[in-house]
Amino acid sequence: MLCASGRLLAARTATSLPAPPRGRGPALRCPRRELHFPGNPDPPSWDCLAGRLTRASASPHRRVILRRGRMPPAVGRGLAGSELRLRRSRCGPRAAGRDVAIQAAARSPKRPAPGSWRFEVAGRRAMLALVTLLSFATRFHRLDQPRHICWDETHFGKMGSYYINRTFFFDVHPPLGKMLIGLAGYLSGYDGTFLFQKPGDKYEHHSYMGMRGFCAFLGSWLVPFAFLIVLDLSNSLPAALLTAALLTFDTGCLTLSQYILLDPILMFFIMAAMLSMVKYRSCANRPFSAPWWSWLSLTGISLACALGVKFVGLFIILQVGLNTIADLWHLFGDLSLSLVTVGKHLMARVLCLIILPLVLYMAIFAVHIMVLNKSGPGDGFFSSAFQARLSGNNLHNASIPEHLAYGSVITVKNLRMAIGYLHSHRHLYPEGIGARQQQVTTYLHKDYNNLWIIKKHNTNSADPLDPSFPVEFVRHGDIIRLEHKETSRNLHSHYHEAPLTRKHYQVTGYGTNGTGDSNDFWRIEVVNRKFGNRIKVLRSRIRLIHLVTGCVLGSSGKVLPKWGWEQLEVTCTPYLKQTLNSIWNVEDHINPKLPNISLDVLQPSFPEILLESHMVMIRGNNGLKPKDNDFTSKPWHWPINYQGLRFSGANDTDFRVYLLGNPVVWWLNLVSIALYLLLGSIIVVAMQRGAQLPTKVEGLTRVLLQGGGQVLLGWMLHYFPFFLMGRILYFHHYFPAMLFSSMLTGILWDTLLRLCAWGPASSSLARAVHAVGILSLLLGAAYSFYLFHPLAYGMVGPLAQDPRSPMAGLRWLESWEF
Amino acid sequence: MLEVLKRPVVVTTNINLNIVALTGVGLLSRLWHLSYPRAVVFDEVYYGQYISFYMNRVFFLDDSGPPFGHMLLALGGYLGGFDGNFLWNRIGAEYTSNVPVWALRLLPALAGALSVPMAYQIVVELRFSHCTAMGAALLLLIENALVTQSRLMLLESPLIFFNLLAVLSYLKFFNCQKHRPFSLPWWFWLMLTGVACACAVGIKYMGIFTYLLVLGVAAVHAWHLIGDQTLSNVLVLYHLLARAVALLVTPVTLYLLFFYIHLTLLCRSGPHDQIMSSAFQASLEGGLARITQGQPLEVAFGSQVTLRNIFGKPLPCWLHSHQNTYPIIYENGRGSSHQQQVTCYPFKDVNNWWVVKDPGRHQLVVSNPPRPVRHGDVVQLVHGMTTRFLNTHDVAAPLSSHAQEVSCYVDYNISVPAQNLWRLDIVNRQSDRDTWKTILSAVRFVHLNTSAVLKLSGAHLPDWGFRQLEVVGEKLSRGHHESMAWNVEEHRYGTSQEQRDRELELHAPTQVDVSRNLSFMARFSELQWRMLTLRGEDAEHKYSSTPLEWVTLDTSIAYWLHPRTSAQIHLVGNIVIWASASLATATYVLLFLWYLLRRRRDVHDLPEDVWLHWVLAGTLCTGGWALNYLPFFLMEKTLFLYHYLPALAFQLLLLPLVLQHVYDHLCRSRVQRHLFSTLVVAWYSVACHVSNKLRPLTYGDSSLTPGELLALRWRDSWDILIRKS
Repeated sequence: MLCASGRLLAARTATSLPAPPRGRGPALRCPRRELHFPGNPDPPSWDCLAGRLTRASASPHRRVILRRGRMPPAVGRGLAGSELRLRRSRCGPRAAGRDVAIQAAARSPKRPAPGSWRFEVAGRRAMLALVTLLSFATRFHRLDQPRHICWDETHFGKMGSYYINRTFFFDVHPPLGKMLIGLAGYLSGYDGTFLFQKPGDKYEHHSYMGMRGFCAFLGSWLVPFAFLIVLDLSNSLPAALLTAALLTFDTGCLTLSQYILLDPILMFFIMAAMLSMVKYRSCANRPFSAPWWSWLSLTGISLACALGVKFVGLFIILQVGLNTIADLWHLFGDLSLSLVTVGKHLMARVLCLIILPLVLYMAIFAVHIMVLNKSGPGDGFFSSAFQARLSGNNLHNASIPEHLAYGSVITVKNLRMAIGYLHSHRHLYPEGIGARQQQVTTYLHKDYNNLWIIKKHNTNSADPLDPSFPVEFVRHGDIIRLEHKETSRNLHSHYHEAPLTRKHYQVTGYGTNGTGDSNDFWRIEVVNRKFGNRIKVLRSRIRLIHLVTGCVLGSSGKVLPKWGWEQLEVTCTPYLKQTLNSIWNVEDHINPKLPNISLDVLQPSFPEILLESHMVMIRGNNGLKPKDNDFTSKPWHWPINYQGLRFSGANDTDFRVYLLGNPVVWWLNLVSIALYLLLGSIIVVAMQRGAQLPTKVEGLTRVLLQGGGQVLLGWMLHYFPFFLMGRILYFHHYFPAMLFSSMLTGILWDTLLRLCAWGPASSSLARAVHAVGILSLLLGAAYSFYLFHPLAYGMVGPLAQDPRSPMAGLRWLESWEF
Repeated sequence: MLEVLKRPVVVTTNINLNIVALTGVGLLSRLWHLSYPRAVVFDEVYYGQYISFYMNRVFFLDDSGPPFGHMLLALGGYLGGFDGNFLWNRIGAEYTSNVPVWALRLLPALAGALSVPMAYQIVVELRFSHCTAMGAALLLLIENALVTQSRLMLLESPLIFFNLLAVLSYLKFFNCQKHRPFSLPWWFWLMLTGVACACAVGIKYMGIFTYLLVLGVAAVHAWHLIGDQTLSNVLVLYHLLARAVALLVTPVTLYLLFFYIHLTLLCRSGPHDQIMSSAFQASLEGGLARITQGQPLEVAFGSQVTLRNIFGKPLPCWLHSHQNTYPIIYENGRGSSHQQQVTCYPFKDVNNWWVVKDPGRHQLVVSNPPRPVRHGDVVQLVHGMTTRFLNTHDVAAPLSSHAQEVSCYVDYNISVPAQNLWRLDIVNRQSDRDTWKTILSAVRFVHLNTSAVLKLSGAHLPDWGFRQLEVVGEKLSRGHHESMAWNVEEHRYGTSQEQRDRELELHAPTQVDVSRNLSFMARFSELQWRMLTLRGEDAEHKYSSTPLEWVTLDTSIAYWLHPRTSAQIHLVGNIVIWASASLATATYVLLFLWYLLRRRRDVHDLPEDVWLHWVLAGTLCTGGWALNYLPFFLMEKTLFLYHYLPALAFQLLLLPLVLQHVYDHLCRSRVQRHLFSTLVVAWYSVACHVSNKLRPLTYGDSSLTPGELLALRWRDSWDILIRKS
């Protein structure tokens, strides 16, 4: 049915061809000057171009290709390369088979016989096996060396141990990667007792090979994945081989895959997502078939896993998202499909690419939170309510009165991460810094000096804890006084500059035995609640507003000098904007007159936990700011392989591993990107000018624009966002982008050599040119790997400046340190 | 010749009275009582000081934007005969009689007034009706926030003016393109587009968003031109070249020109000198130039020099030493060498002087002829006042414990030997035999024994180090960083061998003679770089707001309060217009998507030419709004309501277009149309009413009672000032 309508359309295109350039025929709009949105369809002109091209070529096959390639007629032809992608026929397997054959015909000089087709498939499989084998061999070679902690293994190994010990920790990345490392360690018999203190520590008897082996295993799959992706995009074995060789022989990818790091795991899922997306797109002629569904859901699963390892996974999500939108746009414009079918397509994608990954991602967090149920080094980063879940934390299974009452002894915690508790101690502000009164600070650790007594502003005489007095609850909007329990001074503010933040007012402890002045009065307010309500422990977000000056109690987060014991500054800010710095909650609450309730009631729900851990992670990421006076790696350093990372050792007696890309591969990649942009723009402009390309060249340019465009998009998405990031950056952040750039190199050189070979008329010469070109690139990559392999597998002995070193003469850039 | 005389000379003009009228009311609304209040209003206090600097031709550095905007304001001051003598210290200060307030506020007010007829023209060029165009212009006219902002010495109204001018001239050019390419008007409008873009970027960096919008639209149009096969290749090439010259080369040239004028005008040294490099400072009159003029150019063995760190963060400072030593034991229990401290000191001081010594010879004077020091030479640095040698050794630095301590060597007769040889590494050398030049050369000192590099770590030493900056030997030199580079600032040839004489010599000022000037490009790139990287202190402001609050007008800024009465100027928008503009934007986007999806299914609701105009208008107006608004979500600096005004101007253009579209295409019957027109008229009357209500806050000319002010406080977040009586 679909097939028939497709033919019908083709016929319509054909009949509209001879339309004269007048009347309301599409050809009228050939000269266009109007503005169009990118991605906005321009159907008439498209018909016009298609018509022109079709007219130029007489071959019926050719027309079929055109129709298949550009079906439906209203294909959006925006500027983005991503839209110019290969669209195989949607007309059933038979037509697709023919289509492939035609494309093959367009590529190879002779049309292959069925036998040679089968032979080719077998060849591809053999090559895939060879590539996989080589990849595994290189990655697992000398995996146990060095037998000490290298670079970030100290973090991720430690975190793996935390999972095995089930202690709670905090990291800026989502948990999947570390969970997998922990799992690998657990399965391979590592007991989680190694401390992973600092790089260079010997592993001794601890079993670390399981974790390294797991990372290397995932890292080894990158090469076959890249091979398959390129094979699918370009339909050319040499291109795929070239890509695989570049990645196998890249010392950087090799080094990064051999240690307990998140990067091999992340890259594995990125490439898996890319591969399954490419595969499912090539199933587009058989929608809703079993392979189609499985590739689609595999894409979704890989996306969730990529994001679950590092937030960098967002970029591949973006790429798949863009592709999906373009895809749906094409389907939507295909008038032969009913709206119901289009709706089904949409729902399938929503299900597999949005709902499935979301569920999976949340499941990862659920496991993470369930596994880590013991108090550990990460507690302080999280809110009081969160800590109540962790066994070993003093809030765990605690029971305290729920509503705040006068006379209670409380601790007050700032809501902003890593600010701590409101604190005071028997030390005065030094001379010259505001009034010489008692210091008030915030302090991260639990301490008696964090305790405050909440009192009514006007009564001090009667002891509120006297059992003869009725309990009176504190309500939103009450005027209160906070008395420091240890020193009996009141929380006080006045019109003096704060010690560090000049525009804020100073906060001090004032008065003796609880008697002060009207500057000790604060209005307690609950954020987003009505007046008169009671105040809940842990749950209520409160603000303290100074009655006289109208300012709000907050912490600036700045560290006081030595006189303030390097605790954090507390100020009263005249700016009433709500920021987390000026919002507090009550954590401990002691009042013998009130019944205690279990804190379990207050336990946050799963969505709250999820939200909170993301907020903490994002803030942690933003907190990783580089210092001014230090040399930091800049994104523009990366593609030129400007400087590597020391994984292990620095001196000539150490076992040294240095993360650096194979310069031959990387510089080839760099040249290829420039060449691709040049060639691509020439072709696009020529096509826009209506140049008529020969059939063979036409097929090649399509591979170049569509397949190459896809990986170029991947490279850009995984590289350019780093220019906008404020956090500290490292060389290894470039590696996902490098995978894409190597795939681009493979596609580009294969196509380029074919294009060059197309010049000389003789086909045998053409084949020879192509074969020699590809072979020399392969051999070049292999030889450079032979030269640079000590970087990855480790070097001992003199540094490269020394002529006796095996690396002598290979330090091509001054900035390399080996 | 005679032919010409036979014909009468005829001048035909078309005067669109609409435009004349709009210009008239625009001028009236913006210029009325312009010199009231005669007091500093809000950010005038900020821009005013720069105007004074221009008047006195004193160099300054302002990281808020390129200099064209400041120069425009200064031009007003120049025309009004301002002498620059006014202390811009607080908002509300009365202007003295020498300040030409009217002239200073004239240019922004003119820009604001002319935006009104320009809005009319843009809508007409977008091929919508004159009635719609009038609507757009009138909205711009009565919008209170725009009026307030353009009546003061501020930069938003010139920015909006040039934004609109860029769009208008591009549209004019585009409409010429169809019929008369390469004609005189075609060239005129094309060039004007480039010029307007450059001016917009020159006023504030955010002008770049409008520039990008125009470039984007021009690129899409050029792409269609490439696809036009009725044109020959050569013609297409001409078209592309013309656009490249007008839209790329011209703006860049003009931008450079702004800086050229800026740097030419500001030739005297001023308060921000210290931020700039020594070479830059030396190019200004007075200041450092007075000291460095006539210094010998080439540093020789025996030279007396001060060494300034090139990175200069957190503070610009000079290599320094003094008699105090490092404490034997630090607070954290680590030990030091207990030798003489070496620090970086942010003030000029006699202890900043060092003598460059040849390790092979004993004397500290320059030989005759002087022997210049070259790249790669090994030198010793002798501290002028204490005659100790700059030294580093394998002892951890006081604060950056991964780096080596740098000290001036004191011989305690223990086994720590002196390691005081440094290899000179000229970073910006032309050849390997380059000599070390005063001011111009950036040099690194590489320690011979440990290959550590002398570096400013950026940390402040504790009290024992007098809170000066720490200097360390960086051992793991992970790439080059500017904090490792130093340059000679003051320099003279040493003449006296004896310690006492030398101390006297160091106290005496250096000699004076010739000046060396930097090229314009070097000065430009340094200035631009410093402007972009200068990080102001954490500026928290009472009236700062977040982008989300702008759309809903949840924020306002109190600009000025009369010293006695409660007359006040308050930046607050016409809430009816803001709400309907946002509504119109949403409507546009939804309608556009709806049409787009239906076209995709081959249902054409709109005729082709209407659709194309609809798309072009949307790209320019919605795109202009989005580009001028959305990037603020990514910015970390302190933001204010007035940052939204350029985006608002584009939104106001869109509003009448959407109304006309609804009237033309969505109202089917005559009754519906009548009803719709009535609604629009009613809505506009309400907008006018609101505008009039807020007028006292806009012009600040009448004092309202507290009751009236409270009645105007329509939103709780508006911070209208009410005087307690």
